This record gives sequence, structure tokens and C-alpha cells, in this order.
Amino acid sequence: MPDTLAQPMRFGSSSGQPVTRRDGIAKVTGDADYAADHSPSGMLHAVYAPAAIARGRVTAMNTVAAEAHPGVVRVITPANRPALQGDPADKSVMFTFRIEVLQDDTVRYAGQPVALVLAETLEAATEGARLLDPQYAVEVPRVTLADAESEPVAGQGFGQPADTTHGDVDAGHAAAARSVDVTYTTAAQYHNAMEPHAIVAQWEGDHLSLDVPTQAFALSCAGYARYFGIPAENVTIRCPYLGGGFGSKAIPAGPLVLAVLAARDVGRPVKLALTRKQMFGPVGHRGATEQRLRIGADGEGRLSVIDHDNVAETSTFDDFVEPAANASQGLYAAGALRSRHRAVRLDVGTPGPMRAPGEASGSAALECAMDELAEASGIDPLEFRLRNYAETEPGTGRPYSSKALRDCYLQGAERFGWSGRPSAPGTMRDASGLLTGWGMGTALFPAPMFAAQARATLKADGTALVETSAADMGQGAWTALAQIAADSLGLPLDAVEFRAGHSSLPDGGVAGGSGHTATAGGALHAAGLDVVRQLGEIAAADPESPLHGAGNAQFVARDGRLFVEGDEGRSDALADILVRAGGAPLTGTGRGARAPEAAAAHAMYSHGAVFAEVKVDPDLGQIRVSRLVGAFAAGRIINPKLAESQLFGGMIWGVSFALHEEAKFDRRTGRIMNADFAGYHVPVNADVPGLEVIMVHEDDPHVNPLGVKGVGEIGIVGTVGAIGNAIRHATGRRVRRFPIRIEGMLG
Amino acid sequence: MKSFDFVQPRTVAEALAAWGPGAVWLGGGTSLIDLMKLGVAQPDVVIDLGRVAGMRSVDVQGDGAVRIGALVSNADLTRDAAFAARFPMVAEALLSGASGQLRNAATVAGNLMQHTRCAYFQDAGAACNRRDPGAGCDAQGGVGGGVAVLGASPACIAVNPSDFCVPLAALDAVVEVQGPEGGREIAMADFHLLPGDTPDRVTALAPGELIVALRLPAGADGFAGHSRYLKVRDRTSFAFATASAAAGLRMEHGRIAEARLALGAVAAKPWRVAEAEAVLIGQTPDADLFDRAATIAMAGAEPGDDLAWKIDLARKTAVRALCLAAAGTPARMPALPASVFAEPAGEKVHA
Repeated sequence: MPDTLAQPMRFGSSSGQPVTRRDGIAKVTGDADYAADHSPSGMLHAVYAPAAIARGRVTAMNTVAAEAHPGVVRVITPANRPALQGDPADKSVMFTFRIEVLQDDTVRYAGQPVALVLAETLEAATEGARLLDPQYAVEVPRVTLADAESEPVAGQGFGQPADTTHGDVDAGHAAAARSVDVTYTTAAQYHNAMEPHAIVAQWEGDHLSLDVPTQAFALSCAGYARYFGIPAENVTIRCPYLGGGFGSKAIPAGPLVLAVLAARDVGRPVKLALTRKQMFGPVGHRGATEQRLRIGADGEGRLSVIDHDNVAETSTFDDFVEPAANASQGLYAAGALRSRHRAVRLDVGTPGPMRAPGEASGSAALECAMDELAEASGIDPLEFRLRNYAETEPGTGRPYSSKALRDCYLQGAERFGWSGRPSAPGTMRDASGLLTGWGMGTALFPAPMFAAQARATLKADGTALVETSAADMGQGAWTALAQIAADSLGLPLDAVEFRAGHSSLPDGGVAGGSGHTATAGGALHAAGLDVVRQLGEIAAADPESPLHGAGNAQFVARDGRLFVEGDEGRSDALADILVRAGGAPLTGTGRGARAPEAAAAHAMYSHGAVFAEVKVDPDLGQIRVSRLVGAFAAGRIINPKLAESQLFGGMIWGVSFALHEEAKFDRRTGRIMNADFAGYHVPVNADVPGLEVIMVHEDDPHVNPLGVKGVGEIGIVGTVGAIGNAIRHATGRRVRRFPIRIEGMLG
Repeated sequence: MKSFDFVQPRTVAEALAAWGPGAVWLGGGTSLIDLMKLGVAQPDVVIDLGRVAGMRSVDVQGDGAVRIGALVSNADLTRDAAFAARFPMVAEALLSGASGQLRNAATVAGNLMQHTRCAYFQDAGAACNRRDPGAGCDAQGGVGGGVAVLGASPACIAVNPSDFCVPLAALDAVVEVQGPEGGREIAMADFHLLPGDTPDRVTALAPGELIVALRLPAGADGFAGHSRYLKVRDRTSFAFATASAAAGLRMEHGRIAEARLALGAVAAKPWRVAEAEAVLIGQTPDADLFDRAATIAMAGAEPGDDLAWKIDLARKTAVRALCLAAAGTPARMPALPASVFAEPAGEKVHA
């Protein structure tokens, strides 16, 4: 195959434009319907009783009281739970975890469903669940990394990171003129999308119809089908909008499967929506980590070794381990690289992928350790990173498909004013006397692709219908994917009707891994090109077409017309070609995926550099990130307005990670004591007064025909370390525990 | 949630008549409704005061006192420019609390009646003497944060979460109450109770008593020129205080003629110590003086397991609030009220 894909390619008039979100008005006026907005007639409400202990057994429940409560229709416990055809431990569908669906009376984590109550109203179901008043045989829970011994990672599946070593690690340590050996900890975090998990389930015979938020239609259909012993095509999922997923809504979660089971049992539609508090347990989280970094550099500040050990939590009944140490792969040109992982089994719900899994936690530690070594070496943090800039992927030697990281560093530094940074910490004060500090971090995130399909249909009126099931998580897929589709057909955006959000459409793949625009967009692009190719054949065979006889030529569509590539003088209107051919719609199909050999030939990442300014009150210790500048190179940007929003969102999550988010476990009970938004903090607007994103130009001829990488997750990655480093620079204090709080600044 | 009766009286007399054991007053509902959803509050009768007439105005009385009707919303009071000019620390405290949406719903009397945000009080599965006398206190040795360092007892270590109450205490506000036995007045300093052996008794209200108004006494506006509320917290907005302080000074010829200092988030009530204020009288303002006063105010603080930093923070917060007050009330309310990160104070009213 050729070394590069066809280049350069201009993508019409829509791609690259900051088109306003097409679903925006529907969302702000309440027209957009989310899963829990649906209430089919005859529907029952389901509420589950969550376990109040983290480890032990349910010994009794007052089902009599619950069943006697007015409006309660049925109480389902492990004793009377209807049969499930599939195994709750089945993991044959990608990204699936073992689910808790009342299969026994064992309690494995606080918040685990221990019974389900169905009632005519939400209030009655809620009160019924409360009246159950479960009694327990309690065992001592283990909920923090200190509560149990670590063990090797169990296997090699999803969420079971392998150890990776490149080069001679011992020699790297021996060669270091300067080194640091530091341990950082990160807290357990919970996804908490604005829309909690919810489902409305209806059965008709052995056909299942669901309103449920999903990041992956086909995988979700396959998952529900497996649990209920029906073919995947019998499962219909409607999900036009998704109020955030962040990795927690890819596949069926236990409470949602319970609702489907209940609906089948009672023969009525059932709605179940998690409360905010219930989001802390059965639907995944970012596991706590303890990361030891031993890194060394020679006398010139060139890294001889990055040795990254991660100990992370997992549950007692599944194996997802935060792959944090892998964040040290792919980035800096160290002579030797080692990433190792161990797991601690705790009485918690199984952790899972949460926006920038691995990289967010791993980079937080790595970027701080890098600054510690830079400071020990007497080198400016940016200069230190530039000195260790990797021209090829460290360890493997593979070329990068593209890497404009140097431009990110330089443009970000210029915009931020980095060159004015005093090297000594604790020396900058602002006009109000606040300690001021500047820090930076490098951002790296893989540019994967999943597999997706799409269909494009050109109509004789010159408009088109394009379809893929692709989920819009709120990131703007409704708009960005339509832009790609319009350009692939050479039509203005307004002439293209885009359908998505329904499982009957061609499989749009997974909205995750920062690969959605590349994957679903790639499928839409290919479908459009398929239409153009077919249309070219029709025109070339049509004696009335100006394109007659151009049978061997390449055709391109632009501005509603078909051209012979390289010959602007010959063209025909798309609609006219179809009309002359009888007016029947013309359908093309396309697939988005990356060939394995292309994936192997290059290292493919998005890159970025984040610069942070923090203010810290010298007496009172309150911290605020006054300014963040992020410069990112992520291939072709389809919609700069939406991409900027995505990157802002990531950077704000970086603030959240660095300063706010932490699930606080009571080690006596295993319960999370701040399981609401009053106690589990994320930043408010007043916490992010100065955000700026620079999108650095980058052409990537290898990642895919569109040259699209992804921007969904990378914004978090460099930001956390940048903030930790800025706090060090402001105060002279190096805090190695995230989140960093007032108490860490005092005393 | 548990089923309950819902009544909507039109007058104070009707409201009082509707009360019985198991009944609760509903103001804005920003505290009560949450607790009902959590199963922590399980009333039999909810008496919605929203239609009771005559409790929604702010009036200046003949002697210069200002009377605030119990149902005045927090938002309406903060938008009352004349009120803010006379009692800037009260306005600043209100604006630093909750969010705009919550302030629209919340009432001033409800602010006095709001429950502690102690995580163990809010968790129906935890032992809490305040909820269930004799059950124990799981907050001790727990992870809730935000616990008392002053005035706590073995039975309860909860703090009062209110910002508004802190300057009210500093300014000797009075709570006007009506009840089955008639009307009475309760000094703000006596309104919230320390836990002692009866942590379930949170306020001085007798069963069936209803707050009808708050009153800032004549002369309380004498601090308007040197009056600040400062609130320290990890998040810049929409978070309860880690430590807070209301400070007011009445200056005469460069010396402190009268001083007020109350601390928030350290105890089950706003913390005010007469000796801390007395030490300031007749002095010229300076940071060392304020540190002496703040140290007196925090005397007796108990660091518990790991709260030495909080005692240190509360003292420093009081010092900073006094320094800000001494520098003069800003002519305009800062864009971030009560915040450490409020823009440089700028033009002063009386500096």
C-alpha cells in the first residue's frame, strides 16, 4: 500500500467552519428528549434499594412493608428474581463488565442494588425501596488502597494493562546524573454526567425497545440481547441525545438491565433513573491510584529512564485497573521506559474508563515528576521537555503519523508569556499580594479508530439523507458529522438531513476513546464518496451529461456539482444527473476503520501543551487557577467551535482533577460520604476565569483519509500536572496528592 | 419519600393553628426538601408558608431598626440597595452563599432554620444524635470534613452552615417569633444552641413557634463604613465555608470605637466572643492587634483528630476580615462577594 493516503485534500465548504451546534436550540428550550423524558402509557417506575454496607450479606428485608405501601406493584429480591438468560459475568461483548443484577445476597460494594421496587408512581417506588430496610451480616470493608495488599493484574483483557519495558531500565537508572523517586496519589472519581443513567424499557413479545443513553448502539444492543437471550436485531435503542457519558455509558449497566428484566416480568413498560447519589457505585468510576515514578537524566538533562509503577484499585469481582503507568509510553525520548501495574481488590463497584483513562491519572504524576527532575537539574520545565522531545516513538522507534507538539509548546508558551517565568518558586506576587505561579504539562492521547458504517442517499431534488447510529454525547456529533457528510457529497450543510441516534441506522461505532469523529465521520465520508463514484459512472454513461465519456476519470463533488478531477471546465449538477437517470434516489455506503497495517506502521497520537497560572492566598491557602492556555495539535479540526468547547471541557476537568474531585470513603462502612454535588465538587464558572485554546495546525496523512484525530479527552491530560507544577512554583510546596486543597497549603 | 399532608395557611394565625407534633414549616424548601428526599426528614404534615401574607417586606422602623419579613427571599434582600448600604456585611454574606437559583427560592427565616450539612446527619444510614438522640455520632472519626472546632460536645460535632447568620450575630440581630403562647423575641446570639447533651435541639424555638421576622437593631448600621464578610473555601462559589468571618468596626478619629467579630463554620452557631471585640476598643487598627483579637476569639478551640490547620485557618480568616474592614467597605460589592479572590478593593466608602 502507498505510504501516504491521497493528499492534500480539501473538504468542501463545511469542514473547518465553526458551525453553531445544530441541536443547541432544542437543548436549551427543552425540546431535546432524553431517555427519562419518555413515559409510555401503562409504565411503572422502578427504584432500587442500594446496599448501605460495602461487604457482607443481606440477611433480611421487609418486603411485606414495601409490598403493602400504596402503589407498589412488585418487589424483586434475589429470592424471587426472574431468570436472566445470559450470565451476568459474561464479557463477550467488548467493554462489558460483570454486572450486579440481584444474582445473590452478597454485598460487594456500597450502593449495589439489593432489591428493586416497581410502583405506579416514582414516589411510591421510592418509599417502597426505603421501607425494605435491609439488614446485613457485615464484614470489614476494604475501600482505600491501604486496606488490602496489591496483586498482579489478572489477565490481558480490556482494563487489564500489561507491563511494558523498552530498553535497559537498570542501565538507565545507573546512567542518571540526577534522579527523582517520588510517589503521587490520585483520588477515586465518579463520572457524574449531567444526565444520570436512565432507561425506559418496553417488551413486545421477544422484541425489546429501549430509551437509554448509550455511547455505542451496536454494542449495547448486543449486550442486552445476550442478557435476555434474544437476537441483537430484536433490540431497538433510541438515543438521539445523551447528557454526557465520559466512558460510563458504553454498555448495559446492572441497574438498567434490572429494569429491563422487571419490564419483561410484569408485562408493562418500566422506567428506572438513577439518583445522583446512585451514580456513585454501580456505573463505573476512575479508580484511585498510587504511582511511583523513578526518573533520571544525564548531566545535560536528557532522560536516561522513566520507570513508572502504578498501584490502582479494582473490585473484588472484576478486573479493570487504571492503566496510569502507560502514560509514560509514547511521549519522552528516555533511554529506557518501564510501565508496570498492580491491582488492589476493594469492596467498591468496578472502576472503568473515565474521560482520558490512564492518561489523566498517569500524566498527572508524570508531568509533576518531570518538573521535579527539571528543577533538580536546574533546567526550565519547558526547556527540559524540549530537550527530551521524541522524534520517533520512544522504545518502538515507529514514526509518528504526525506530531506538531513542538509547535504546541512554542505557540502555547508565546501566548502564555512563559519566557518571563522566574525559575525560583515562591517569588511571584500579584497586585493583591496573592502568590502566583506558572506551570506546564505535556498532553498526549492516542488517536484510535473503532469501526463504523454509514449510508448516504442523494435525492433528485439535490438534497441528501445521511445516516449512522452514532451517538451525540453532547460533544457536537450532530453538527460535526453532518459537516463531514455534506462535504463528502459536495452539498451545502443545509441540503443534508443527518439522521443518527437510533439503532436501526447503520452502526455508528463507539462514541469514545476520542475516536468518534474519525470513525463515524470516516464512514460518512466513505458513504458520500460512494455516491459520488456511482454518480460519476451514471454521468459518464449519459450522452446528455457534460461528463459523458469520462468513465475512467476520478470525480469530485463540490457546490452541488460533479467535476472531473483536475478539469474545472467539465461539470454537471448532482441533481440533474439523477433526474436524467429517472430520478430514483441513489444510495451509497461506507465504512470507517483503520487497516491493521496502517495502525502498525505509525504511532498515532494527539498532542498538546498546557500552561497554567495559579493564585494562592499566602495566609488562607485558597487556590484558584487564574489562567489556562492549552495548545493542541489533533489533525484536521472539523468544527473549531465545537473542538474548542471539547478542549475547554477537558481543561476544566483538569482543574477538577487537580483541585476538587474526590470520593470520600468512610472506611468503617465503605460508604462514600460525599455522594452528591454539594459534597463532590466540580469547578464552577468562578473557578475557571481564564481559559484559552490554541488549535495548532497539523496535517496527518496517515491516521485516516480525513486526517482527523480527536479532541475529546486530551484537554484533561496535560492540565492536571500543569496545575500541580504551578502550585509548586507559586508556593514552594510540592503536593503529591491530588486533589490539592487548602489544608495542603497550610501548616 | 414518606407520604405527608400538605397545608397552605393564609395567615400567621392559621399557620400556628395548623401546627402539631410531626409538622414542619416550609419556606423556600432548599434545605427541607433535600432532607425529605434523603429520608432524613419525615414529616407527617408540611405547612407551606408561601401564601401567608405580610411577611415579605423590608421596613425601616421609627427608631432606625430594620425589620425583615421572614419570607423575604435571600435574593430580594441582596437586591435591596438601601439595605446593602446600611448592612454591607450582611449583603456580602448572603451573596456568597449557595447559588443565584437557590437564593431566589430560599427565605431569610429558612436560612436561620437550615440544618447542618454534616454528611452523617444527611446519611440516614449513619448514627447521628442530632437526628436520633442516643444513636451515637458517626461523624467522629469520619470523613465528612467541615466539623466543629469550638463548642462541640461528645454527642455532636456539626457546624451551622449559614453565611447569613454570621453577620446577623455580629450585628446583634433579633429574631421575632410567634407561637402558641404568643410572641417573643430571641437574640441572635441565643437562637442557635450548642449541642451539649441535647444535640437534637438546634434552635431556641419552642415546638410550634414560627419566625415571623428578623430585626437589625438601631445603630447596627454604624459599622457600614468598615464592614466585611470573608469566606474561605476550596471552590470559589457554590460551596459552604471552610472558614468565614464577619468583621465590623466603628471608627472615630482613626481609632476603633466599637468592634464586632463573628466566625462561621467553626461551631454549631456563629461564634462571637466579647473579649475579642473588647481588646480592639480604643486601638488603632493593625494586623498584630487583629491577630490578638482573633486568637482570643478562637481560644479553647479543639483540633480533634486532625484539625489544627482549621483552627489556624479560622484565626487567619478573622484577621483578614478585620484588616479588610479596617481598610473600608468597598464602594461597590465585589464581583466575587466575600471571596479571597475579589478584585483589589478599590474605592472605599469611608476610608
